[in-house]
Amino acid sequence: MTAIWQGFLKAIELIVSLNPEVLQITARTLAISISSTAIAALICLPLGSLIHFNNFHGKRTLINLIQTFYSVPTVAVGLVVFLIFSRSGPLGFLELLFTPQVMVIGQVILISPIILGLVIAALRGVEQAAYETAIATGASQFQATTIVIREGRYAIYSALILGFGRAISEVGLALMVGGNIRGYTRVMTTAISLETSKGDIVLSIALGIILISIALVINFSLSRLQQR
Amino acid sequence: MILLETLNLGHEFDRRPVLKDINLKINLGEAFALIGPTGAGKTTLLRLLDLLDTPKSGSIYFAGSEVTHSRRERNEIRRRMSFVQQRPIVFSMSVYDNVACGLKWRGEGHEATRSKVRNVLELVNLAEYGKRNAKTLSGGETQRVAIARALVTKPELLFLDEPTANLDPISTSRVEQVLAHVIKERKTTIVMATHNMPQGQRLADRIGVLINGQILQIGSPNEIFCLPTNTEVAEFVGVENILEGIIVEKDDDLVTIEVNNRTVQAVSDYEISDSVYALIRPEDITFTLAKAKTSARNVFEGKIIKIAPVGPLVRIEVDCGFPLLGVITKKSAEELGLRVGTIVRASSKATAVHVIRSWT
Repeated sequence: MTAIWQGFLKAIELIVSLNPEVLQITARTLAISISSTAIAALICLPLGSLIHFNNFHGKRTLINLIQTFYSVPTVAVGLVVFLIFSRSGPLGFLELLFTPQVMVIGQVILISPIILGLVIAALRGVEQAAYETAIATGASQFQATTIVIREGRYAIYSALILGFGRAISEVGLALMVGGNIRGYTRVMTTAISLETSKGDIVLSIALGIILISIALVINFSLSRLQQR
Repeated sequence: MILLETLNLGHEFDRRPVLKDINLKINLGEAFALIGPTGAGKTTLLRLLDLLDTPKSGSIYFAGSEVTHSRRERNEIRRRMSFVQQRPIVFSMSVYDNVACGLKWRGEGHEATRSKVRNVLELVNLAEYGKRNAKTLSGGETQRVAIARALVTKPELLFLDEPTANLDPISTSRVEQVLAHVIKERKTTIVMATHNMPQGQRLADRIGVLINGQILQIGSPNEIFCLPTNTEVAEFVGVENILEGIIVEKDDDLVTIEVNNRTVQAVSDYEISDSVYALIRPEDITFTLAKAKTSARNVFEGKIIKIAPVGPLVRIEVDCGFPLLGVITKKSAEELGLRVGTIVRASSKATAVHVIRSWT
């Protein structure tokens, strides 16, 4: 117990003294997760609108399929991305395996179903009458779609925050396609996993505290948004 | 000049017809009210006219051009109209932005938008509300924002679907004042659906009665309320005494109609042996207790079978061989001491009886 307490105090010291390694890992983690969330948002917002505003055969099945992928294991996505980007894989020539870029690609694949599904749900939550009111007020279809997205913005922000939360907290994918290379692809989750197995609990606790703080901020923002 | 015209317009939901052979001509600058019971098809018709839905049959002409199935020009034509829906939706933004959005979507400049929004907010008495979040407004205020949003683009044709439904009397009166101003001062062509008949009477130049998906009568408010052409319209506009009979005597235009072995006299140009309905408004019935000389041609003696207070009035149902309903003030009922079982004499003038042909 004393060892854990001392480890906790040292971890606080690492954070307060702005330890370069802690800062570097945190910054890299945030950069990768924010990038993957932003890219997933750019894909899912128009795609979600397209699915919501158009009626086509198999729409319900497609939405069910998207929802099924909410809980896809990170290692499964990691395996698929690994096979695609490995030297003998179809995109192996890009030589992206064990780079931050492939970690972003993996996270985009991982969180897109969540963001897409929740964007569709958010748009469905906006009254159909809002779209019709916009059309009746003279909006083009694009302008009316924009206003519906605007009306559902808080639910859409929630979707993005949930996606970001999933991206920043996953470990399997980052380990498999990032390789946990120190100073290059090491992120908070992979660092915690490695340092703990090595017995260096001080760095693990410091990164754990930061990760939990980020999770707290995410949760706080989410509940604030859901109250609107 | 005819601004909007429909030819044999029809529509259906799940193969169930909801509108049949609608033929309407709306003149430029006219205020036209569509009245009819809930579920008659008023909202469906307005949605077709505003090009929000496409009819299953028939045609719509706007300013002389057929627009029924136009795909490319649909939005352009819709931008010349405005539609205030029955349950108005305001977007979660400020009142100003809600009202301005129609102008923004039409590419109106910043300065022009500001001045137009300010003017229209003053018109609907919401000048101080520009910065308020529209979602925080009351029902009446929300309705006025929706009307402002529809008016700010200066539409050639304004559709209003039950503009005062679910509003309290004060909010209703405010909304009606705005609409009266728009009709009189701006000369905007208006098509308004309402089940509030007095409102249609107050605001409209002409009224169309839509019942079960069909326009049964179009005419001035006076024609609709005093001279209904069939029993459905008569019933809807509140003519509660609809007596079926046969004309048995005619002296000039004064006809005697036999109803359940009693006679009703009316002014009509129908002939002897014609099957007719005699329509008498409850407010045209007067009650007396004793026999007295009167100029009224119709005097029916009967027993009161029901008395029901309605606000300051009392509805009295009398059995005089056929049921006859009259409406008098509470004070008159008290002074006459009217009770269930009292024998009274109900009378009406021959000119207060409207006669329509029965085809059954």
